Amino acid sequence: MTETTSMQLVPTLSEEELRLIDAEIAHVPYRSAVAIDALKIVQQHRGWVSDESIKAIASYLDMSADELDGIATFYNLIFRRPVGDKVILLCNSISCWIKGCDGLQQKITEQLGVQFGETTSDNRYTLLPVTCLGACDKAPVMMVGEELHEDVAESSIVRILGGSTEP
Amino acid sequence: MPTIRIDGVEYEVQAGKNLLESCLSLGLDLPYFCWHPAMGSIGACRQCAVVQYQSEEDEQAGRGRIVMGCMTPVSDGAIFSLDGDRAREFREAIVESLMLNHPHDCPVCAEGGECHLQDMTVMVGHRDRHYRGRKNTHRNQYLGPLLNHEMNRCIACYRCTRYYRDYAGGTDLAAMAAHDHVYFGRHEEGILESEFAGNLVEVCPTGVFTDKTLVHDYTRKWDLQSAPSVCVGCGVGCNTLPGERYGRLKRIHNRFNVEVNGYFLCDRGRFGGGFVNNQQRLDYPGLRGDDGRYNAVDHHQALQHMAEACRNARVAAIGSPRTSIEANFLLRQLVGTDNFCPGFTELEQTLVNLALELQQQSSAVIADIRSVESADAVLILGEDLTNTAPRLALAVRQSVRNKAYEMAAGLGLETWQDAAIRNLAQDRRSPLFIAASGDTRLDDVAEQHLSLAPQDVARLGFEVAAAIRGGGGVGNSDTAAGRIAAALMEAKRPLVISGTSSGSPQALQAAAAVAEALAGAGHRPMLNFTVPEANSLGQAMLTGSAAPSLEAIAERCDRGEIDTLLVLENDLYHRTPAALADRLLHSDSAIIAVDGLDNRTTSAARLVLPAANFAETEGTLVSLEGRAQRHYPVFLPQGERRPSWVWLLACMKELGHPTATDLHQFDDITRACAATVPALAGITGAAPDHHFLNVGVKIPRQPHRYSGRTAMRADISVHEPKQPEDEESPLAFSMEGLNRWQPGALLPFVWAPGWNSNQSLHRFQSEVGGPLRGGTAGMRLLGAGTTGPTAAIDPPPSFTPVEGRWQLVARHRIFGSEELSALSPGICELVEPGFVEMRGADAHGLGLTEGDGVELDAGLATLAVKINDSIPPGCLGYAVGHAGTANLAAGASVSLAKATNWQRPPQVISTDRSGGGHV
Ligand code: SF4
Ligand code: SF4
Ligand code: FES
Repeated sequence: MTETTSMQLVPTLSEEELRLIDAEIAHVPYRSAVAIDALKIVQQHRGWVSDESIKAIASYLDMSADELDGIATFYNLIFRRPVGDKVILLCNSISCWIKGCDGLQQKITEQLGVQFGETTSDNRYTLLPVTCLGACDKAPVMMVGEELHEDVAESSIVRILGGSTEP
Repeated sequence: MPTIRIDGVEYEVQAGKNLLESCLSLGLDLPYFCWHPAMGSIGACRQCAVVQYQSEEDEQAGRGRIVMGCMTPVSDGAIFSLDGDRAREFREAIVESLMLNHPHDCPVCAEGGECHLQDMTVMVGHRDRHYRGRKNTHRNQYLGPLLNHEMNRCIACYRCTRYYRDYAGGTDLAAMAAHDHVYFGRHEEGILESEFAGNLVEVCPTGVFTDKTLVHDYTRKWDLQSAPSVCVGCGVGCNTLPGERYGRLKRIHNRFNVEVNGYFLCDRGRFGGGFVNNQQRLDYPGLRGDDGRYNAVDHHQALQHMAEACRNARVAAIGSPRTSIEANFLLRQLVGTDNFCPGFTELEQTLVNLALELQQQSSAVIADIRSVESADAVLILGEDLTNTAPRLALAVRQSVRNKAYEMAAGLGLETWQDAAIRNLAQDRRSPLFIAASGDTRLDDVAEQHLSLAPQDVARLGFEVAAAIRGGGGVGNSDTAAGRIAAALMEAKRPLVISGTSSGSPQALQAAAAVAEALAGAGHRPMLNFTVPEANSLGQAMLTGSAAPSLEAIAERCDRGEIDTLLVLENDLYHRTPAALADRLLHSDSAIIAVDGLDNRTTSAARLVLPAANFAETEGTLVSLEGRAQRHYPVFLPQGERRPSWVWLLACMKELGHPTATDLHQFDDITRACAATVPALAGITGAAPDHHFLNVGVKIPRQPHRYSGRTAMRADISVHEPKQPEDEESPLAFSMEGLNRWQPGALLPFVWAPGWNSNQSLHRFQSEVGGPLRGGTAGMRLLGAGTTGPTAAIDPPPSFTPVEGRWQLVARHRIFGSEELSALSPGICELVEPGFVEMRGADAHGLGLTEGDGVELDAGLATLAVKINDSIPPGCLGYAVGHAGTANLAAGASVSLAKATNWQRPPQVISTDRSGGGHV
């Protein structure tokens, strides 16, 4: 029974996604070994990973949805809920904390009207905490979309976020 | 044996163990969570911390380092401290941090009073909470009718997923998220798929997974009265601990038996006892008048009627393979051997007797569960074990891990190094081959699963045997038989399993032939056969193959040769096609039925005597490995219900039956049976008789904290009645007495000071995971034979499908194929309506899709269709024991037609089936 249901779900992955996942599978001994890559591929195409995507990927990789969801939910950069166009990852780990990330967070919240874990109503930004961006020497740091911002001052928040989105 | 020093005291310990299990075996209290005796160590919870010293100087200087007991091998000269301040403080801090998010809701938690987390918290002395932050609150999931989910109580020990996935092979439970948010559940709500999910109740050390049927009808462990019992769900005979309160069976826990079921039960066994509370239970004896009305009578009148019907009359009797040897034996004494049918159909009689004879003759070792787990190559012929002998399937699932242990041994890793070994082996397994008519629930760990018609399953077995004998075919990788033969020959402990469930005597013979061929080739093979019911094998030992079958009795009924037919605990409409049951029950003979539940058979009876069931009486059952085991009443039957043996004995006394003169008590019957039936001579050794006293008193069924006894019946009367005396067993309906040091067969519950949960079991074991101190319960009646099968058997002709006909193959379901468990709350919600399984192409050809109705042989049965492409071509699977399938027999050939006017069976309303077992 599970088989027939999951069979019907496979098509929810696009040709392109399947092609990229297949390319990963070619490098590993078990299909399920590419679970993380497959999640990343789907997220790249859809912005996030839905329950349906979890089932589709799982069935394609011969694993249970439960098992894959365990992996997906373990990683904070796999988004199991929709996110805005750009994700703001604000580091609040030790170096950034010493260098004042709390102030940055306040500024962002003032400007965008969102707390950690929330998305602006115009869907442009989602604000998330992150434990390290690998740039402690330039603390405090944050990432907006693909772009890393170093030595961020509270005063530069408005510029970085384009002065947009009023609360 | 290495000597280690703990807090200045030297101990000799077993080599190869870890410090935690060594400490527990020594009787030292070392707290733990994630380690489990059956699952080994992963070092996840950090609760078992101790200080290890490098040397004596290190110890004197008070240095040393914190290590995890469960991850530390014991080695000669090692020095540890359990009691040192540092170790204690560490352990206290661990409990505190594991409980940061715990809701402290013990008063409303079903685990309370038998909670390992409570015990460990007290053990480490943690009292004051320092955390002042917000706690996480999780959303719980619906996991089906058997288990309750309350995630807030989780301490993230990972036992549940390790058990469910790694041990039991389930795929639909996982650890989600990370750090403070970790969540153990399913991807989305839904019924847990594993047939062994219920063990989570005992595996989870907190109240996350609890028994839902208990939660709906709740009593704390300390208020439960319990007794050693044996599961009547199938032939495995798992040892159980049912608990009672207010005359109701509340729950069933595992009773450890190292050779039968270890730490685990299947869900049919754990949740299948609820029929005891079913409202279809008969309360009073009754006489059916000529007008068909059922009139209750008291038990003296009932007995007189019974005796009257037996006096100077031609009496025959039908016994029951699902009740005790003693009741069956008495019934046989009452009517005489020639008139006693064991309750088998002809086919069943052939199968069960063949299973018995082949095992008696075979030079193979009849495997107990530990031996099954130790097998390094397994061949299963014609069985879907998970659905026919579930606990055995769980053991076979462990056997495939022997490859991993072998690899680990090469690296010097002990078997308890669970994470390391799983990492090392990945998915490499010892070979398991399954040949069956359709998919089975062990296919996921099988090297090969062959779906064949029953004849071809047997043929394959004979080919394997021939390949082994001939030597030449072995390793011929072109044929399945050659590959299987090679794998079995390469193994050190090969195991062959077959059974009666496919209805094929040849499968049994083929399995025995493989075992014999292996023995001939110098191996010491193991052999196992499943049998249909809890006492099938005992019944065969009692009666042999010459006893009249149901068909033979029916012929006598047809000829009017039987005046009175006694039917013991056997619903013939469940067991046989309606036509045969009608011949037996609706001839001119007067029917007297002794049974617990109202059913179609009791409805046909002139006189009905309400019988006690497994939880209300003592009895001896013989399991599939030929082990005689005793079960004891957990509580006494209510009202006019009596154990069947009591009814029968009283009737014999009333009749002045000569063989009953010396029989007064249950033990007398057991002894008389052992003396009369050579094959059963050993049954008296199954457990001590009623004279046994433990340090001068009987063993209590109630824990010393049993509360509210004076108030329990206050709604009926404020006068507390005297506790009933138990004159039949070494157990007492009392809190007084000693529950320690007794023989293994007499363990009514586990509890030890400081250990309120089931984890206290290690205090009753000779060593952690080892046999009970009082010895392993039960008596094996089958030794290894020496002769081997007497005659060479020719393989059956291979199966050729006939156009337009289908051969019926039996498909068993853990929930639904067994009569009584299917009437229990929880399980009854999981039982499907009767169905047939057919290949997609066959269905298509008949214009059928999933869920349509199909008519078999013009009127034989009309059932819902399931598409299953694993069914062999030309075959049609049918759900054994389900509604609407009683007329079907494995091996029969049927025609099919799309049913007109088919209506899908209505959704079951569970309370209808469980008879309001819980509300
Ligand atoms: S649910 Fe129970 S077994 Fe699973 S991790 Fe939590 S406490 Fe441990
Ligand atoms: S395997 Fe059989 S005997 Fe054991 S618990 Fe399950 S139904 Fe009962
Ligand atoms: S029991 Fe040793 S770390 Fe959990």
